[in-house]
Amino acid sequence: MLDFSLVAPFLPFLLTGALVTIEISVLATALGLVLGLIAALARMSPFKPIRWVADFYVWSIRGTPVLVQLFIVYFGLPQIGIELGAMLAAVLALGANTGAYVAEILRGGILAVPAGQIEAAESLGMSSAKVMRRIILPQAFRLSIPALGNQAVSMLKESSLASLVTVNELMMVSQRFAATNYAYMEFYIVAAVIYLVMTTGMSWILGKIEFRMSVSER
Amino acid sequence: MSEAAIQVIDLHKSFDELEVLRGVSLEVKSGEVVAVIGSSGSGKSTLLRCLNRLEQSTSGTILIDGTVLTGSKRAISEIRREIGMVFQQFNLFPHMTVLENVMEGPIQVLGMPKKEAATLAAELLAKVGLAEKARVYPRKLSGGQQQRVAIARALAMNPRAMLFDEPTSALDPELRGEVLQVMKQLAAEGMTMVVVTHEMKFAREVADRVIFMHNGVIEEQGPPDQLFDSPQSERLRGFLRHVS
Repeated sequence: MLDFSLVAPFLPFLLTGALVTIEISVLATALGLVLGLIAALARMSPFKPIRWVADFYVWSIRGTPVLVQLFIVYFGLPQIGIELGAMLAAVLALGANTGAYVAEILRGGILAVPAGQIEAAESLGMSSAKVMRRIILPQAFRLSIPALGNQAVSMLKESSLASLVTVNELMMVSQRFAATNYAYMEFYIVAAVIYLVMTTGMSWILGKIEFRMSVSER
Repeated sequence: MSEAAIQVIDLHKSFDELEVLRGVSLEVKSGEVVAVIGSSGSGKSTLLRCLNRLEQSTSGTILIDGTVLTGSKRAISEIRREIGMVFQQFNLFPHMTVLENVMEGPIQVLGMPKKEAATLAAELLAKVGLAEKARVYPRKLSGGQQQRVAIARALAMNPRAMLFDEPTSALDPELRGEVLQVMKQLAAEGMTMVVVTHEMKFAREVADRVIFMHNGVIEEQGPPDQLFDSPQSERLRGFLRHVS
């Protein structure tokens, strides 16, 4: 039946793959936060063309499968002369994908800041840019942290898609050794456990961050 | 001392179909304390909010220190700098400490160095009796304390006039006194103040002039004794019967 001792010799490779998984997730999440912030602000811009671009970005990304986006970046772009390494392609595609969701989350957070906050800042004579940066965004960000945390956790899981564009992350490594050892159940269960450890650890860290950010509410 | 700090000429304001201000003219002299009373929906808060352009009037003219308030961003920001505002719901910034709340305007708007702003903020907090709360976040304060911080925050801009929009209406009765006390002190120091209020006792004791608004116009105005003791219009008599 199942023989998990088969996996043991390959554990170091799986853990190295897990490190790559973390690397993709962290980079893509960071990119997603930046893109999401820009898109959220752009969608509230008084200039229509800027709003249109941002709306199109969010609409097209959220309305198509992330796998299609990944394949367009990795397999499609070389056709028009843009060759990206597998790792870079994965980070860009996953980052752009998560950015659209981050934009929606942040927009919700921004809209949730009470109007009185904006009026109080304006009544001091603050410019709208300063009101946004000093008063709205810090509060919107705090309000968004639980949702952003969920987004980061699902990013970690979605990074397994990078195996389909040859990135040597946890899923890719598991697949390879599962096939060569003909021990699919064993390798995939171990991979699943490693993913679980990572997502659980991440949730724990996010909980800590959330607690620390809520200092003004305690 | 007698020139008009704030002058309003034939102000109209509509929200869609609803005309909230229907031709209001008003002059507030430098150092004068004007209380605006009236039932809800009379337009008194809207009038106040037009004065620092939180609300844009539909027509009419507002002059601040003799200068016409235009719609340019610069002009608006400038008058907001010079006119402090205190809100019914305090609207303190929850992500900043009490001290940071008071420092925010001077630093971000006046470009004051941080150290100087901190000293100023500490002074103003002492003035409103909250020096020991400087490091605390607003959530930890009572409503009365929050409102006193809000007053300090407005004062930090060294304003020429202060607008108060029902500053005690959100407070439990036992917390109103401490806020009114601070306002009284400001009035005694010669601050120009426009106070939208339901506190008739405060209006009588502190205001130089009381304005009674009804249905978007000034129905009656005058010194508090005259207005409260011998109201001319039937509407004001009816209003005073209701509130006292």
